[in-house]
Amino acid sequence: MLTKRIIPCLDIKDGRTVKGVNFVALRDAGDPVELAQRYEVEGADELVFLDISATEQKRKTLADLVYRVAEKLSIPFTVGGGIAAVEDVDIMLKNGADKVSINSAAVRNPALIDELVAKFGSQCIVVAIDAKQIDGQWRVHLVGGKVATALDLFDWAKEVERRGAGEILFTSMDHDGTKNGFANTALARLSEELNIPVIASGGAGEIPHFIDTFLKGNADAALAASVFHFKEIEIKKLKQQLNSEGIPIRL
Amino acid sequence: MKLVMIDYGVGNVQSIKFAFQRLGVEAVLSNEKETIRAADKIIFPGVGEASSAMKKLRESGLGEMTPNLKQPVLGICLGMQLMCNSSEEGKTQGLGIFDTDVVKFNSSVKVPQIGWNKIENLSSNLFNNLQSDYIYLVHSYYAPIAKETIATSTYGLEYSAALKKDNFYGVQFHPEKSGKCGNQILQNFLEL
Repeated sequence: MLTKRIIPCLDIKDGRTVKGVNFVALRDAGDPVELAQRYEVEGADELVFLDISATEQKRKTLADLVYRVAEKLSIPFTVGGGIAAVEDVDIMLKNGADKVSINSAAVRNPALIDELVAKFGSQCIVVAIDAKQIDGQWRVHLVGGKVATALDLFDWAKEVERRGAGEILFTSMDHDGTKNGFANTALARLSEELNIPVIASGGAGEIPHFIDTFLKGNADAALAASVFHFKEIEIKKLKQQLNSEGIPIRL
Repeated sequence: MKLVMIDYGVGNVQSIKFAFQRLGVEAVLSNEKETIRAADKIIFPGVGEASSAMKKLRESGLGEMTPNLKQPVLGICLGMQLMCNSSEEGKTQGLGIFDTDVVKFNSSVKVPQIGWNKIENLSSNLFNNLQSDYIYLVHSYYAPIAKETIATSTYGLEYSAALKKDNFYGVQFHPEKSGKCGNQILQNFLEL
């Protein structure tokens, strides 16, 4: 039976790990390669590296980091953040990334999804969607959540699937950084309306939040950052508890 | 130990290179028939779409050579699928090593299957020192159970997680991304 995945997310700036609280304040949580290896040992199923740096050297720095991580890690990882062109994806995959996630660039140019899928295959193309509720409607946001669009989360998610993306990484900006739990109602609707895996992101604070996002939100995977980085939740303990709740998990 | 990875212009092979590097063996990427034939062990990688990968394999002239190799060959993911008779993906013929036809998962399950699933019914020295364990998979198409099946997995239905015929081995999962279990499988392949 396919198991639910636990995915620590490492926010990267200039080659170091940071975590944005509600996408603004940043804290340093260490060396990405070391942290990645620690997560593998602790039982993480997969990792996501999200690059938030905005320098001209960005792509090269990130590609170097991807190479160093791939050298050490024997679990899969996804890399994202500012990826906007076929060439960016090519470089990340060649350096050893298993999957690449695109976000704003896909909204600006949806045909990019088709192009990437045709060239690299669905299996390595993740589309990340940041959204929050405005007047009761889930609206897609861009540039790390700074720019609102008129796009409806569910319409966009369906288009992303139709264009061939392999997976959706949905971050609820309403929940991100709050530690009050994941956006399970929206997640359950995504899972109902889509037939590709959905990764839940935003809101993890305690172990019951993960139980809920799998049981109520029907998420295929759950992603979190600070609760893992600062050891507020131990992955081993989390997975044992998920298992005891009857949730399929790799122990 | 001369370990060669067949280079027919598809897929990302860096992770496989790194996985063998962690086991202390260098995997050389090559599209030269002589180099491939002279190898002790051969990796047949593959990611992406089946019909275009098969086309590249034929154009490189390596498609004809591969089924005639005599040393242990390990097909990974799409590599394994191309070793079957055919694939529904792009309606392509395969190399016909494994007598089964690759088909797509139906929509009763989410497609692609992404994540860790269990391999069971292990029946090959490729799985020495292992009992049923978790491995990492990403795929939309699968090989049904066949007489060459040496490991099964279940996603909506039971399918072939690994196949073997003579010196040819194929795994649907990514041993290079399957933690300790994957490392053991790669080590077992090196020791065949």
